[in-house]
Amino acid sequence: MNYQIDENGFYGPYGGAYVPEVLYSNVENLSRNYQAILNDPDFKKELSRLLKVYVGRETPLYHSPSLSEVYNTKVYLKREDLCHSGSHKINNTLGQVLLAKRLGKTRIVAETGAGSHGVATAMACALLKLPCFIYMGEVDIQRQFPNVGRMRLLGATVIPALSGSKTLKDATNEAFRDWINNPLNTFYVLGSVVGPHPYPDMVARLQSVISQELLHQVPEITGKEKPDYVVACVGGGSNAAGSFYHFLNDPEVKLIAAEAAGKGLDSGFTAAATFRGKPGILHGSKTKFMQTNEGQVVEAHSISAGLDYPGIGPLHAWLSDTGRAKFVAVTDDEALDAGLALSQMEGIIPAIESAHALAALSQLNFKTDDVVVVCLSGRGDKDLETYIQYSNSKKTAHGNV
Amino acid sequence: METFKKNRLKTIFKSPEKKVSIYFTAGYPALTDTLDLLSLLAESKVDFVEIGIPFSDSVMDGEVILESHKVALENGMTIEILFDQIQKIRAQVSIPVVLMGSMNPVYQYGFEKFCQRCHEAGVDGLLLPDLPLDEYEKYYRVWYQQNDLAPIFMISPQTNGDRMKRIDELGEGFLYALSGNSTTGSTSEIGDNSEYLQRLSNHKFINPVVLGFNIKTKDDILFANQFADGAIVGSAFVKTLKGGFNKERTKHFLEQLM
Ligand SMILES: Cc1ncc(COP(=O)(O)O)c(C=O)c1O
Repeated sequence: MNYQIDENGFYGPYGGAYVPEVLYSNVENLSRNYQAILNDPDFKKELSRLLKVYVGRETPLYHSPSLSEVYNTKVYLKREDLCHSGSHKINNTLGQVLLAKRLGKTRIVAETGAGSHGVATAMACALLKLPCFIYMGEVDIQRQFPNVGRMRLLGATVIPALSGSKTLKDATNEAFRDWINNPLNTFYVLGSVVGPHPYPDMVARLQSVISQELLHQVPEITGKEKPDYVVACVGGGSNAAGSFYHFLNDPEVKLIAAEAAGKGLDSGFTAAATFRGKPGILHGSKTKFMQTNEGQVVEAHSISAGLDYPGIGPLHAWLSDTGRAKFVAVTDDEALDAGLALSQMEGIIPAIESAHALAALSQLNFKTDDVVVVCLSGRGDKDLETYIQYSNSKKTAHGNV
Repeated sequence: METFKKNRLKTIFKSPEKKVSIYFTAGYPALTDTLDLLSLLAESKVDFVEIGIPFSDSVMDGEVILESHKVALENGMTIEILFDQIQKIRAQVSIPVVLMGSMNPVYQYGFEKFCQRCHEAGVDGLLLPDLPLDEYEKYYRVWYQQNDLAPIFMISPQTNGDRMKRIDELGEGFLYALSGNSTTGSTSEIGDNSEYLQRLSNHKFINPVVLGFNIKTKDDILFANQFADGAIVGSAFVKTLKGGFNKERTKHFLEQLM
């Protein structure tokens, strides 16, 4: 099976570039040039220099004693939370902003959900001196406020997305609309493996630095040649794509994708696109997303702003159909519990997004000598309020019993 | 060619006069206003209409039309209802109708069935801005042809000469030229793009070219007509429907426009 895009930008039936004519030449130009730019020795040198000295790569592969004990196996955390900016998103934004400069673009727009991608874009723009405009749903502005302050401090303009569910999907719509209105000077830095070709492949390649490092870290640190499991959360799917990338063609490495079930798969408040979605065309690509029979997009729900998106990238729709990756659904409460547990047991506060990947472990059966790598995609500083509220509400609930 | 003998759109463009078209969203402001609006526009001097299929996430649209999509969906508008409405009124009105919308609702409805229903209901053209030309050619063209449905494609300031030629070869009825780089109903002025408009008017198209987006007034229409075969008024018209369809108010707007 092939898990790379074909010459038309498709993974099996998924992908492609469904964009209006105003954006056609931009997308086409990017398609024609991105691989050459990403593979250009000078570009590679500059990007890897920045990933080292600015982001702090490579990120550690850390053996988690408590999770290993809980699951009676060997759990390792790939510490993307230690990246400058606080999440894996900066691997992608530095690459795309450098690329935008190569293409002569002078203005950057991006969407953000949790604010992680917004912050990472704002940092890349501050460093590389490009004006930066970030669309963020009004609901997300409220629930991830620390990141809004960070973006502004970094010099970015944060524009509230007021349409629809006022979350990530709508911020993405607004970013596309901005790009349609400014196609000449503007580059759209998409935050995940979604959108029209070549974004899904381009973002996957930029995030593949994660699995690239695992290729040598796993043998060095675990003593095993390769991991038995790689586990990651999926919003659009960029940290998962980056963690899976170099293992896609090795069936011995089991790939696990944790989707946000929200309040439960059958609650009507969920974001689990492979469970509750079907194929259609959204944000420029054919992929799976939640929609009505009439093809209207259904609003997602997740406690985690970064996973609160009705779809997934086309690669993941394909990994799900082919069975190459196993998709599991994790509820809000399961994720919060897993996040609080890691905080208390090991002093690491994970982003609520990443906590979904941690919670997925309880749905899997491991052998004692399995090497289980979990991508800890980000840190939970932005989520403190949600964690504290949840933790207090649990205490009160117990107190009342 | 046999195919377009009955296509109303193709027929009206046989005459050299400049054309005016009005866009409105199906099911807005009220679910059944589609019918009254079509009758009113058919009685007016408007040459053809475009009816928008509401979509929850239309990226091509600005505030005014987005709001109309939202209200239309709340009103319960669906593709099936729209076809029924058009079919019902078709016996009384002969004005050409173009449907316009995002791909996903059409894709979910079933592309082939959609084209057949267009034919049955009396729809003359179909414009899906996010439909790639390659996909049209490979998969969908045959259904447009079997159902007398004119494929309408867009041209933008970003479209180079070679691509204009290809779009012109694939398109039928007319070509929808954007007045500039924008979503619908933006504040930009159509006069800001004179180089592009000149390029449009110099290019030897097989099809008529109609200019759309941000055309709000009679002056805008006259300006557009210097470069194209007609103009389409969208957001400015939809704006007049806000708060409820009022026949006199809409008539007045149309009189001012033409
Ligand atoms: C820390 C973190 N992890 C994961 C995600 C989800 O994105 P993706 O699925 O593209 O990795 C986000 C999105 O904001 C995030 O902030």
